[in-house]
Amino acid sequence: MRLIVPLQGVVQGRGGLIFGSLIPCALFYFLQLYLKRHRSPKPQSNPPSPTTSSPKLAEMTRTSSRSNLFSRSIGQVRISSRAISIAKPNESPYYIGLDKASEDPYDRLSNPDGVIQLGLSENRLCFDLIEKWMSENLGHSITGRDNGELNINGIATYQPFDGTMELKLAMAGFMSHIMGGAVTFEPSQMVLTAGATPAIETLCFCLADQGNAFLVPTPYYPGFDRDVKFRTGVELIPVHCRSTDNFALSITALDQAFNQTRKHGTKIRGILLSNPANPVGNLLSREMLYAILDFAREKNIHVISDEIFAGSMYGNEEFVSMAEVLDSEGFDKNRVHIVYGLSKDLSLPGFRVGVIYSFNENVLAAARKLTRFSSVSAPTQRLLVSMLSDARFIEEYIKTNKRRLQNMHALFVAGLKGLNIRCADSSAGLYCWADMSKLISSYSEKGELELWDKLLNVGKINVTPGSACHCIEPGWFRCCFTTLAEEDIPVVLERIRKAVENTTDLLNSS
Amino acid sequence: MAIEIEQPRVGLSKVAVSKTHGEDSPYFAGWKAYDENPYHETSNQSGVIQMGLAENQVSFDLLEKYLEEHSEASSWGKGAPGFRENALFQDYHGLKSFRQAMANFMEQIRGGRAKFDPDRIVLTAGATAANELLTFILADPGDALLIPTPYYPGFDRDLRWRTSVNIVPIHCDSSNNFQITPEAMEAAYQSAESMNLKVRGILITNPSNRLGATIQRSALEQILDFAVNKNIHLVSDEIYSGSTFSSSEFISIAEILETRGYKDAERVHIVYSLSKDLGLPGFRVGTIYSYNDQVVTTARRMSSFTLISSQTQHLLACMLSNKEFSENYIKTNRERLSKRYDMIIKGLKKAGIECLKGNAGLFCWMNLSPLLEKPTRESELALWKVILNEVKLNISPGSSCHCSEPGWFRVCFANMSEQTLEIALERIHKFMEQRKRN
Repeated sequence: MRLIVPLQGVVQGRGGLIFGSLIPCALFYFLQLYLKRHRSPKPQSNPPSPTTSSPKLAEMTRTSSRSNLFSRSIGQVRISSRAISIAKPNESPYYIGLDKASEDPYDRLSNPDGVIQLGLSENRLCFDLIEKWMSENLGHSITGRDNGELNINGIATYQPFDGTMELKLAMAGFMSHIMGGAVTFEPSQMVLTAGATPAIETLCFCLADQGNAFLVPTPYYPGFDRDVKFRTGVELIPVHCRSTDNFALSITALDQAFNQTRKHGTKIRGILLSNPANPVGNLLSREMLYAILDFAREKNIHVISDEIFAGSMYGNEEFVSMAEVLDSEGFDKNRVHIVYGLSKDLSLPGFRVGVIYSFNENVLAAARKLTRFSSVSAPTQRLLVSMLSDARFIEEYIKTNKRRLQNMHALFVAGLKGLNIRCADSSAGLYCWADMSKLISSYSEKGELELWDKLLNVGKINVTPGSACHCIEPGWFRCCFTTLAEEDIPVVLERIRKAVENTTDLLNSS
Repeated sequence: MAIEIEQPRVGLSKVAVSKTHGEDSPYFAGWKAYDENPYHETSNQSGVIQMGLAENQVSFDLLEKYLEEHSEASSWGKGAPGFRENALFQDYHGLKSFRQAMANFMEQIRGGRAKFDPDRIVLTAGATAANELLTFILADPGDALLIPTPYYPGFDRDLRWRTSVNIVPIHCDSSNNFQITPEAMEAAYQSAESMNLKVRGILITNPSNRLGATIQRSALEQILDFAVNKNIHLVSDEIYSGSTFSSSEFISIAEILETRGYKDAERVHIVYSLSKDLGLPGFRVGTIYSYNDQVVTTARRMSSFTLISSQTQHLLACMLSNKEFSENYIKTNRERLSKRYDMIIKGLKKAGIECLKGNAGLFCWMNLSPLLEKPTRESELALWKVILNEVKLNISPGSSCHCSEPGWFRVCFANMSEQTLEIALERIHKFMEQRKRN
């Protein structure tokens, strides 16, 4: 009824031509609006799937990602600025290479043309030993038997967030063992975390405020950029090391970086070291450890020593833990914190077991409380207590692992040498640091990335370019060799050869 | 004589020295009292009974039976095939089989009334980590989240400590059984604005942790409308969803979205965990289910700091994808919790104590306000101390969870045997009798 009246007015001459045209248009518009609002919802039984998944995200071009973010801003619910930077497609070759290799993984039999993964420092050399232990021991290890009765109560309920005393004891013993028995670790100074990744982040939260910084020698593990910076707001200041002295850290360089940063108004709270170093694989000498501790005392800053590769030694040099030096000299222990984990030395990255070892009671108190966000899973704790307490197994494992590591390292480095690619001197780790600067077209990051791309897409091998590790000299690549079997080495070398076929230096093997 | 120059103390961060962890609060004295003198059925019958920990121990036998009959779940089978891949698996996407099993489990709990896509599940080491992670993603330092009171005290720590985000309470009271109203939400929003805090989201726990009751459909609709209206996020912590005494009484925000055709879904995120429903807090298993692609991507990347052990993922994938086990577990767990609830309500009623009508969770919300000398926080704390030190029961006072009305207490009933619960009820009865006489 109501609709008709205005029209009637128009038809009967009231309102004139304007109303005659305006009103029907307006009515038409409102009709469309009404229909749109009240369209019955699509009978959907499934929530809409996510439009992108991580591997594909890495390939999104810059422009498309930008427009995607901004088009969501008006009227759309917003996420935090912290999150926006994390949500951006990851353009680091470190991550792009990892994704590509996992999408098309090499397998000698089933996928011989796949991408060979040399970019992930994983140790696959001794799985047979662990598998054997598992099949012989696992029945009792997971849930535990109380007088033969299966008892889940012990692992199901809330455990101390920073790990059970049993596991801490077992870890203390293991750490001491792999470091040659030169240090004793106190379980009461240990905080267990779900991997070394949260151990690093937790320490950063405890030692520095947003806007502060840590000094870190380059080249460094690409993951530190995430572990230190993602959520804490703490910065990393590179302290460049050079090939002229085999990438050794110098106190002069530390001092320069410290002063420069202070001039810019940023407070340095500590030094972040990895020893054995990743990606180079060299060790910090006892003298260097003293020098670093002196420096830290002078500037009144902390020292974080990530010793996760301590049990992956292949060289003849002796590994000296920061803990060992502290034991012997009268240094202020309150500024030293050690990080460890079972991902490398025991090949169990999936199980998520990391350690913060500190001499500072206040740091331990805070870190303990923070482990509620990243605790080790109880069944895993139970399993590892069993495994680590098996002295005979651990002894055999450590010995065999070292032997196989030495063997693979020697073969791989010799193989690269045959291609006129030399590696930095190293004593530990699951990788070698290879100098391919003679093979890059221009002595620059661009040239290095071109080679990386060629190796990945033509050669089908994923290696980590030095720029991803913030190396100041272009052309260096980290190649992990512990995911290979001996038979794979000639395949890798052949692929490198093929990928750089047109580069003359390669053919001029001396 | 050498002059001793004192070394400057090396400094720690604000986070490290902050008290936001809340462990200095008076109610931690309850935990201390329990730790120092824990009740034991045979060896310490006069000890403190722990009724402040929401742990589910009523269905362990079902878990044990499954593990006994399915060794492949905990051992990867004879010769350990698949072990290698599992031990190396540290992909933050999580095991596909486990995500699928979690999605199915969440669907079963909701009686199939909502569907979950495994690719929207992000795994974290516990719901504590899930809630903190979401806070990092949805809010910047200085922003605020609105949370209805009374709420889980852990939120003060988990959501604020490292994130520097604020919590502004939405006050609820007994006049309407502590239900969340649009007026209360609006008042909280205005309160935040007046403090110059940008509100980024509202976080509800459904079923409620304190009240032991599910949120009604109409309230959920209002809460979602409010979030849409203010253009903010809605986080629904549904970790007690499987602990509803009757399957039909729990309505998930997922169901509301389903009926709305998933319009406005990109602001909704659900948190779940196996710590309560499955009684496995030691396993550290939590999830974020988000309808927002950016949040899923970001949460996944951030989950690197809080991954679930691949061994545990494998074990639970086997267990939860066993339909026979999961259906039976959900049903039996519900029945047993319901029975416990009836037991405690009856026992308290006999002692002359009323509780809020509950239908979920591992606890009941007890009203002791008639016993207070004065309707104040101090009186409530005094009463709590008496119950702790004389009656030897550790229960949680309302003041520790921001309840605006003094006199309410949360009492857990699923973390003990039936016999222990009987003893606790006897003690309460005796206490009430004594008070009547005085």
